[in-house]
Amino acid sequence: MDFSDTKEEAVFRTEVKNWIGKEAPTYLFKSLSASGFGSTRTGEYDPFEEAKKWQKKKADAGWACIQWPKEFGGRGAGPMDGVIWSQEEGIYSKLSGTFIIGQGMCAPTMMAYATPEQNQRYIPKIASGEEVWCQLFSEPASGSDLAGLKTRAEKDGDEWVINGQKIWTSGAHISDYGILITRTDSEVPKHRGLTMFFLDMKSAGVDIRPIKQANGDSGFNEVYFDNVRIPDAQRLGEVGGGWQVSLTTLMNERLAIGGSIATGFPEIKALVDDLTIAGGRAIDNPAVRSKLADWYAKSAGLKNTSARALTALSKGEVPGPENSIGKLVAGGMMQDIAKFGLDLQGLGGAIVDPAIADGAARLQAMLLRSPAVRIEGGTDQILRNIIAERVLGLPEELRVDKGIAFNKIPSSNS
Amino acid sequence: MNFDFSQDEKMIRDQVSKFLDQQSDTKVMRSAVDGDTRYSADVWKGLVDMGLTGTAIPAAYGGVGVGYPALCLIAEQLGAHLTPTPFSSSVYLATEAIIGFGTEAQKETWLPKLANGEIIGTIAIVETVEEVTETSIQASITGDTLTGRKLIVPDGGIADFAVVIAKSPGTMANSSLSLCIADLQHESVTRTPIETIDPSKNSTTIDFQQTPIEILGDQVDGWSAVRRIYDRAAILFAFEQIGGAQSALDMAVEYAKERFAFGRPIGSFQGLKHMMADMYVALKLAESNCYYAAWALATESEELPLAAATARVSATQAFQLCSRDNIQVHGGMGFTWEFDCHLYYRRSNYLTLQLGGLATWEDKLVSSLPDAA
Repeated sequence: MDFSDTKEEAVFRTEVKNWIGKEAPTYLFKSLSASGFGSTRTGEYDPFEEAKKWQKKKADAGWACIQWPKEFGGRGAGPMDGVIWSQEEGIYSKLSGTFIIGQGMCAPTMMAYATPEQNQRYIPKIASGEEVWCQLFSEPASGSDLAGLKTRAEKDGDEWVINGQKIWTSGAHISDYGILITRTDSEVPKHRGLTMFFLDMKSAGVDIRPIKQANGDSGFNEVYFDNVRIPDAQRLGEVGGGWQVSLTTLMNERLAIGGSIATGFPEIKALVDDLTIAGGRAIDNPAVRSKLADWYAKSAGLKNTSARALTALSKGEVPGPENSIGKLVAGGMMQDIAKFGLDLQGLGGAIVDPAIADGAARLQAMLLRSPAVRIEGGTDQILRNIIAERVLGLPEELRVDKGIAFNKIPSSNS
Repeated sequence: MNFDFSQDEKMIRDQVSKFLDQQSDTKVMRSAVDGDTRYSADVWKGLVDMGLTGTAIPAAYGGVGVGYPALCLIAEQLGAHLTPTPFSSSVYLATEAIIGFGTEAQKETWLPKLANGEIIGTIAIVETVEEVTETSIQASITGDTLTGRKLIVPDGGIADFAVVIAKSPGTMANSSLSLCIADLQHESVTRTPIETIDPSKNSTTIDFQQTPIEILGDQVDGWSAVRRIYDRAAILFAFEQIGGAQSALDMAVEYAKERFAFGRPIGSFQGLKHMMADMYVALKLAESNCYYAAWALATESEELPLAAATARVSATQAFQLCSRDNIQVHGGMGFTWEFDCHLYYRRSNYLTLQLGGLATWEDKLVSSLPDAA
């Protein structure tokens, strides 16, 4: 066991440090540091423009998506180098949020299923941030039961005609392309009638509308498809093989999201270090200490679990579904932390004005945003099913839709 | 970075696991819980014969000297098998006290005998039913004798000697507490078994009446020494706890696959599935924290107190949760004496208390946090 850098790692770290030291947008450091959970602050500068600028700069110098092959804009680096890069990029990595879906989920799916020519055309621009991608999976009536989706694709000559609606599409409004899962056959059991495509988000018939979320923000969209035409050349995988393709995407989603996950621990620690309750420092209160210890042990456990996964990755092993624990632990923990932090402040804790509230109201923002963490990318309950079935080997849930043609499955609307 | 145990360390673990699979199934703990035996002398002899008692003792003192990561993995296996031997008292506590604080002469005298299993040690701290503090210790040293009562000493009926904390007025500048070594076979020592939630831990009340002792080390502050010994031992106990948690989880999963109700295996019901998923999550977090603590122990890292408290808190949570919900998964059968569920439940709750309760370790954890965490 050794937590220090190897000689090669130390050399790499110095190289990274030097480049970032020279090139990073230091003028954004202060605003980025004050970013709350779920929002990136760039002060007087436009967040999307700044994100694109930083990404392009990294790409031009060979520091974008460093684990990708060189021909796709990466530098063929190993997983440990990837970690070193993100440790050194530090606060500036907050600028990369815009690109997570494209780089973390769409690109790996394209690499696995698109033609070499398509990959040559699209992947380098995903790396450089010149083109932004989104993932069109969830629908109003199929979230956890993704394979129950209804958006139709019908073949018409060399093209497919798409009709239906997607929802919870992050960044659709700023995206150039997207990967889209559709139903191409309703006569077969649900998992077997799906087909995956990628499409130009500027295609005629695509209508994008922002969703106003429960916390008041709008990071997600509804996307409507009205006779949208996609060339058959943009199909990913076989007709009817869309479910397999989507598993590639979702597996990568778990890695992309599970890697460095926020838990809220630094925020609650900072609060109780300074706060006074009942005439004493909050951190000296035994009830506070007990909670704090529990949360620290959990967040350290997540950090150490991903360190173990990385060690496995660097030895060439494939990380398994056990990595589902990251979001499951962090989501509930954030919600608890936010609630507890506000509770310690009494009614004053209800204030969301960043000029008045402690820590620029970041715990209040966390309280209002954290319910979504327990839902997006797999609900707590789906994640527990995955752990129970795929890790512990417990028997599958009894499913009434198993082996039944999709159009014969009972649904809320029938 | 390499966050994994070495091949050699894993090989030692596999050997220990194989030996315990053959020699120490839960029947062994059961016979201790039933009161038929005080501990398993056979398993103890086997551990000694494999050289495990000398795992972390330097070769210069008759040990094997393969280091702490290996000892951590041994502890995990002992925990997984609920092995009723004095290994933890003798190896994680008494041996570590002498390695950490003994004089050169004491190391030369005691360590070779501890390494080859010729003698068994333990540590005697607790005197009342309140959590022990620096000022609550009443046992006292006068000249070179010890008088006082230690209420509950794990493995106290088996051990040949104990490292005892006691008041020693006038001997120290900063503290009035010292550690001393007392021969438990001496005629001035009275040992009385005391019943506890886990009878396999051989808990014993020990009365010392002007018992001859030798002071451990030279000018050692007894209280801070115990804290340091506990910090290090907490990591080894945490490995025992995750070993036990894994066994309890395995037992729950196996049962849930085989037991049918309402025409299907009970493991297909989400109510139970999700419970077991949560057991798994608690165990994974604890396991990863234990790995980190093993590294801190092996490298004498400055982060040891925080790493130890973190491993201890999460391993305690994991074993308590897994042993508790293992009973729940088993339903009524889980509450019978015949099923092993209560053995894990007993052991987990005893281990929770052994180095001071959860609240004590939560407090230590927070005290060890860096200012800007």
